[in-house]
Amino acid sequence: MVVVTINPITRLEGHGKISIFLDEKGDVKRAFLQVPELRGFEKIAVGRHAEDMPQITSRICGVCPWAHHMAATKALDDLYKVKPPSAAVKIRELAYNIFMLEDHSLHFFVLAGPDFVVGPKAPRAERNIIGVMKKLGAETVKKIVLIRKKLREADAILGGKTIHPVSGLPGGVSKSLTEDDRKELVKVADAGLELADTAYKLLKDLMKNEEYVKLMTSDIYVHETYYMGLVDDKNRVNFYDGKIRVVDPKGREHAKFDVHDYLKYIAEHVEPWTYTRMSYLRTVGWKGLIDGEGSGVLAVGPLGRLNAADGMATPRAQAAYEEMYSALGGKPTHYTLAYHIARVVEMIQAAECVKELVEDPEITSPEVRNLPTLTPDVGIGVVEAPRGTLIHHYEADEKGLIKKANLIVATQNNVARMCLSIEKAAKMLIKGGVVDDGLLNMVEMAFRAYDPCFACATHSVVGRIPLKIEMYDHEGRLIKVITNVD
Amino acid sequence: MSKPDFEPKIIVFACNWCSYAAMDLAGTSRTQYPHNVRIVRVMCSSRVTPEMVLTALAEGADAVLITGCHPGDCHYLVGNYKTLARYTLLKKVLDEVGLGDRVRLEWFSAGEGERFAQYVRSFVEEVKKGALSPKSSTPEEGGLR
Amino acid sequence: MNPQTKVKIAFYWNASCGGCEEAIVDLGEDLFKVLEVVDIVFWPVALDFKLEDVEKLPDGGIDVAIINGGIRFSEHEKVVKLLRRKSKIVVAYGSCAHLGGIPGLANLWSKATIMDYVYLRAPSVVNESNVLPKEVVQTDVGELELPAFLDVLKPLNRVIDVDYYVPGCPPTPNVTLKAIETLLSGKLPQKGAVLGADVRAVCDTCPLNETKPEKLAIKEFRRPHAFIPDPKKCLLAQGLLCLGPVTRGGCEASCVKANMPCTGCFGPLDNVIDFGARALSFIASIIDQKDEEGIRKALGPVVDLVGQVYKFSLPSGLLKDLIKRKEV
Repeated sequence: MVVVTINPITRLEGHGKISIFLDEKGDVKRAFLQVPELRGFEKIAVGRHAEDMPQITSRICGVCPWAHHMAATKALDDLYKVKPPSAAVKIRELAYNIFMLEDHSLHFFVLAGPDFVVGPKAPRAERNIIGVMKKLGAETVKKIVLIRKKLREADAILGGKTIHPVSGLPGGVSKSLTEDDRKELVKVADAGLELADTAYKLLKDLMKNEEYVKLMTSDIYVHETYYMGLVDDKNRVNFYDGKIRVVDPKGREHAKFDVHDYLKYIAEHVEPWTYTRMSYLRTVGWKGLIDGEGSGVLAVGPLGRLNAADGMATPRAQAAYEEMYSALGGKPTHYTLAYHIARVVEMIQAAECVKELVEDPEITSPEVRNLPTLTPDVGIGVVEAPRGTLIHHYEADEKGLIKKANLIVATQNNVARMCLSIEKAAKMLIKGGVVDDGLLNMVEMAFRAYDPCFACATHSVVGRIPLKIEMYDHEGRLIKVITNVD
Repeated sequence: MSKPDFEPKIIVFACNWCSYAAMDLAGTSRTQYPHNVRIVRVMCSSRVTPEMVLTALAEGADAVLITGCHPGDCHYLVGNYKTLARYTLLKKVLDEVGLGDRVRLEWFSAGEGERFAQYVRSFVEEVKKGALSPKSSTPEEGGLR
Repeated sequence: MNPQTKVKIAFYWNASCGGCEEAIVDLGEDLFKVLEVVDIVFWPVALDFKLEDVEKLPDGGIDVAIINGGIRFSEHEKVVKLLRRKSKIVVAYGSCAHLGGIPGLANLWSKATIMDYVYLRAPSVVNESNVLPKEVVQTDVGELELPAFLDVLKPLNRVIDVDYYVPGCPPTPNVTLKAIETLLSGKLPQKGAVLGADVRAVCDTCPLNETKPEKLAIKEFRRPHAFIPDPKKCLLAQGLLCLGPVTRGGCEASCVKANMPCTGCFGPLDNVIDFGARALSFIASIIDQKDEEGIRKALGPVVDLVGQVYKFSLPSGLLKDLIKRKEV
């Protein structure tokens, strides 16, 4: 057994920590993913005005504030049983698709892209946005950065602010769209299509890289779990609304339900070694951190959505969807790294939806609010956050004060599968106590595919997810710490 | 809850024209009232801001009593309406954070020396039975910290 | 430029939503210009420097440490104290570090109540053995540690000495740039100053300012979902609880431009020690009612007054140590 430097520091510093325990042979017995993330938003909500929730809950996440803002706004629609006018729904969908496109593009180009563009075996110093710049050329990267900036500015026009928008209200949105705004947004929509196209071309090049495909389809990154996502009435992927659909590891529909029934299908498990709760399918049961048809572990996010649906809602996205499954050998696909492909397919749909919505004449209608008239009671809203299904559930009193709140946050739905991914990678890569730094990158790649959002402590600008891996021998002694940041 | 020899500190804001005169009257009439009160004279009760009240509590006062002229009698005509509005809002916030019993508002006219003394006596008793200031008592005495 | 003369900067985040990190990234091209004149010696989210490298620096070896997020876990305390020793200047960036932020509203509840609900009572939780996260856990293979969730959330200046503040949730790109320019200019303002933002209140730069009447007289406040305001008239005058008059400006009234009232994220103006108390005073001064019943009626719909006036600043005001944290 190789004993390397003993590092006594065990701080987490706000990001994920992985602890790996070896047996006497030096093989991995267990690996744990620990997340020190808790601020108590479900309690913060109690006693607040219901209409404050879109702005309060958006502070759960500054990278995906629109997801919480929208889930909360829809929960308020339900709380007051008030339907927004058609123009308001379109404005919400427009803002939301712009956000999806922008958020996915940040992950694809900055976090995951370096692996594709520069190569997973390239040295760490080059596997970041700077390496991407060298490969793609500064012009292309500048364009990507500029388009992303335009998308974010567009969201500020629609929501007041890009980070922590303010426009969501029960029964509508606070601000309508002027014709001048709309004309600006047409340009943004075209830029968005260009962005999605750029990502798609990059992806296609990647799929020609045999080494990467071999890695993607290797057994290290396979888990046969259930998959979940929102679908419209034709079972096509929808980010804003629809029914929640779950398929089993063989792709058969396991459940399809309205979010009001979510408690019958989704439950959460607690472990003492992490602050995140872990979702699982109540109908299958918690069988521990294992995959397979008998275990309630599920996956959400791009891979979850595409596996759970029968297709995409827009034509170019649908073509990309078909290409993806054809390349990966059918549906459902269990390759964790296929998240990256699914993410690009979704970028295409988001861009096409944006284009369609900005050309819709109704989007400049001044009728963007219906006032609530009924007494608030219970409201449940669901959206697909970039990282997965997101549910806000509120109970309020007759004055519109929140009495109780329950939040199923997207990444919580993926945490169990992430634990599986990490443990499998560790078990397959560490034998006889021998380990190299390649392990770190291989584990990072599994982790990175989920685009995890531990309230963003783990997001990285330059291409690295802050991770610390600690290895303990069979007597519990810390024998190695590998970290990419500290 | 409080030790038998706990002596609360109560800050009293008194307006120059009515309530301070009442307190003066109590004094010159030799009407006994507890030494727990520290009287701060202001020109009008509306000078008293929520910040002043909260500062008093944060600095160790166990309770605060704001006093002024009866509605309609304010020397500056409408000052005490402002006081009433400020107090109502502050009290609402204090109620929401569990401190509602620590701050009071009461009107006294210049001739109500005896009434002031009685009020203070009963207020001190209630404070003794109830709240403790985090700065004036140690955790062993059951303080908030 | 001589690397010896480059300004050494460290970035760090505590309990943060990540919005402040995104705000820095949103500087876009301007960020690259800044990067030309600074040397980043520590930025866990982005760069490969270890905490040990920071420990090895001489005290004061970092020129400026820019820290966002509130102090929620024991680890946050340890790291910010280290950064304080090693830095000449410490800047609290964003509402959470400045005032506590929205997560500070958790201070209305005891830690036990929060843990109890999140892990035992939330409707989706199945937890028959009443398992709670623990700082030290014995598993069948070994021991695991978690940092402690502290009793209350604190803004940065309650744990270390803070030199300057950059306000906002998050600070806007303009405010951030101005703050960085001030820090790099060598002409530093008085310690404790708020950087990058306006000296005057939000009203001053609000597009609806001209429609604000000289004497505001509110008979009854209204909540944003209950009516549709005229987007061309002062929102406060229409009865919305807009905190623009008591909030520091610099955001260009972005919320008001979306027809929603200001909620106070930039915090108080100079020389105001408690944002909520000042807001209460201001609200009281515009209520047009003469008796307690009338005042209560004016406030009527505003049931959650604490949540309105202390939304971003509960852990930093005068009340911070006095609150009786609820148990249910």
